[in-house]
Amino acid sequence: MNLLRTMMFVPGNNPGMIQDAGIYPCDALMFDLEDSVAQASKTDARFLVQQALMHLDYPQRLVVRINDPSTDLGKKDLEAIVPCCKAIIRLPKTETADDVQQCADYIEKLEQRRGLPVGKTQMMAAIEGPEGVLNARSIAASSPRLIGIALGAEDYVTAMKTTRGAGEELFFARSMILHAARAAGIAAIDTVYSDVNNEEGFIQEVELIHQLGFDGKSIINPRQIKPVHRIYTPSEKEIEKALAVKAAIEEANRRGLGVISLNGKMVDKPVVERALRTLALAKASKALQED
Amino acid sequence: MEKKTTSYKTDKVIGSLKEAIIKSGLSDGMTISFHHHFRNGDAVVNQVMKEIAELGIRNLTLAASSLIDVHEPLIEHIRNGVIAKIETSGVRGRLAEAISQGLMQEPVVFRSHGNRAAAIESGELKIDVAFLGVPSSDCRGNANGFSWDESSELLCGSIGYAMVDARHAAKTLLLTPQLAPYPNTPAAITEDEVDAVVLVDSIGDPKGIVSGATRYTKNPKELLMAEQTAEVIEAAGILQEGFSMQMGTGGASLATARFIRNKMIEKGISADFALGGITQQIVQMHEEGLIQKILDVQSFDLGSARSVRDNRFHTVISASQYASPSQKGAAVNALDVVILSALEIDTEFNVNVLTGSDGILRGAIGGHPDTAAGAKCAIIVAPLTRGRIPTVVRHVDTVVTEGKTIDVLVTERGIAVNPGRPDLKEKLEKAGLPVKTIEELRQMAEQIVGCPKPIEKTDRIVGLVLNRQGEILDRVYQIKEEKA
Repeated sequence: MNLLRTMMFVPGNNPGMIQDAGIYPCDALMFDLEDSVAQASKTDARFLVQQALMHLDYPQRLVVRINDPSTDLGKKDLEAIVPCCKAIIRLPKTETADDVQQCADYIEKLEQRRGLPVGKTQMMAAIEGPEGVLNARSIAASSPRLIGIALGAEDYVTAMKTTRGAGEELFFARSMILHAARAAGIAAIDTVYSDVNNEEGFIQEVELIHQLGFDGKSIINPRQIKPVHRIYTPSEKEIEKALAVKAAIEEANRRGLGVISLNGKMVDKPVVERALRTLALAKASKALQED
Repeated sequence: MEKKTTSYKTDKVIGSLKEAIIKSGLSDGMTISFHHHFRNGDAVVNQVMKEIAELGIRNLTLAASSLIDVHEPLIEHIRNGVIAKIETSGVRGRLAEAISQGLMQEPVVFRSHGNRAAAIESGELKIDVAFLGVPSSDCRGNANGFSWDESSELLCGSIGYAMVDARHAAKTLLLTPQLAPYPNTPAAITEDEVDAVVLVDSIGDPKGIVSGATRYTKNPKELLMAEQTAEVIEAAGILQEGFSMQMGTGGASLATARFIRNKMIEKGISADFALGGITQQIVQMHEEGLIQKILDVQSFDLGSARSVRDNRFHTVISASQYASPSQKGAAVNALDVVILSALEIDTEFNVNVLTGSDGILRGAIGGHPDTAAGAKCAIIVAPLTRGRIPTVVRHVDTVVTEGKTIDVLVTERGIAVNPGRPDLKEKLEKAGLPVKTIEELRQMAEQIVGCPKPIEKTDRIVGLVLNRQGEILDRVYQIKEEKA
């Protein structure tokens, strides 16, 4: 199971951070070519990220946030990054399903032109405004390339004429994105928490989004990795239960039974799914040894 | 026996530095010594050298415990022939650059703190006049690196390096801005070792003691290495009731102290002692009851300097007690673990802390080889690369500490254990730590930053690095100046 508990932003024009990003235990790295890179540095950043993808080994899943793909900048980003075959393309400020499809079409062209397997490049869409939130469902279902949707809250709260607070202001957007993602069977990633020094506030927010059901959170500093992973680590009781369910599945398989039962009760499909996810999380956080 | 006629209050006190130098009998070709407890705030070396130069004395050997950026004016004294030779544990700044470019006729002799003490004790390094700045001294020379009068802000804490000079120099002169009431005891340097107490306007600025940031780092890479280091120490089985440790002042070192502190609280254990250059962080752990005693040869920040005065079991020790290999006992030999840094480390685990990637002198040997040799477990913590410079290399530019005394290297991309310690390797692997061979780490570094071009040097030797026994371990060569 590919976990996405933590996706860490790395500015695309910072060689030191790009060089070191691989040492941190986050699940994914997101190299940014968009908002964290000044207009004058766009070309440098694109080259730097492309070279890093080609020459450095990263143990994490890799994502590159490109500039608006309907612009020249965004197209050049795609031309540089897609052929590396290493990174998921993250679309910024997605408002409609059409945004995703147009980008996917351009990626397909690039794949064909470069002789790459068509459809292999994966995508992720960031939803950063009210229009996108309301269209979340169609966005999430817009392309088979899409593996997840992410909330970008900074632009969203501004458009909503509010500011970041305890989370009430994001409740609707988070719920929409989660429902859209779950209905489409893809991942839902929560927005960043920018006050790196407020660990308590960060933990509160992670607990909230964990309970809501998000797959994980975008982060901006390696110090934020541990708290997220800790919160996403299943409890001993949950692990025990999941192991029992797993044993019941194996038992049912061995005996060729269609119905899985545990302690005399039938185990439903959702219980099975939850148990498998619990075990994956437990292994990732080393709460459980690998098989 | 004739009764003394002069007053004990005045017969050792001299009001002028010039007069004190003349009275000391200093003459051409002699050896003078200084300590570096005021680090970059030191005002003694430059002040004394200026007077000596004005007196026309030449051809001296300057034996300092270390030389730092603030000592740049020595360049002129070397050019003018006042100083002919230097013995030190390190050299930094413009002076270091000038020496690397061939300023001196004679190579600088680099000694570790332990070897310096041993050489002074054996007479191999014979000091004719020691000029030792002290924050407090009485009229007879009972002196400390702080004042028992708590209102005084002039302090450097330990004066452990100066203690050896005071004991063995033919003439020992203390420099201090004002006299403490007699007897200024307990004292680190005592009157039986002191020839004269010289009143001067200033000996240094305590604010200069602080070596870089001694605050806890927020740098995530340093934190990552620190956490791994603490885990190595735990996995090695060192974190037992009554263990002992020494830690440096670098970001990763200080952060390691914090992680160790947490582990000690979790386990409910305390350390018997912490040794070395002492920081506020170690003092804090002492005050929390996590470290029973502190043995302090050098105080790295004002917090630790104050603690020397205020904490009964924060004890000043001499460089000899700290690390001399030729005495009956040295505290480094009682260390369970020491955490050290490196500019470079090679695949034989040899460490360079003296010359930079450009071949220029830029550091100090300090107690590096002494603690590495003495401690049961010597851990080097260093990033695999610094910018575009690899830290793990095939051959270090200058060997300062021999690889056979290093047990573990911790980098942000993996841990390497000296093949001479298979037991340790097994323990770390069992704990699930990312153990790799040092050659694997070297290749990783090369993959990231490539292989640097060799440094261009002439065949002229500008520095000799001695090992703890005083034998030549390596040579530092003059660098070829870049053509404009």
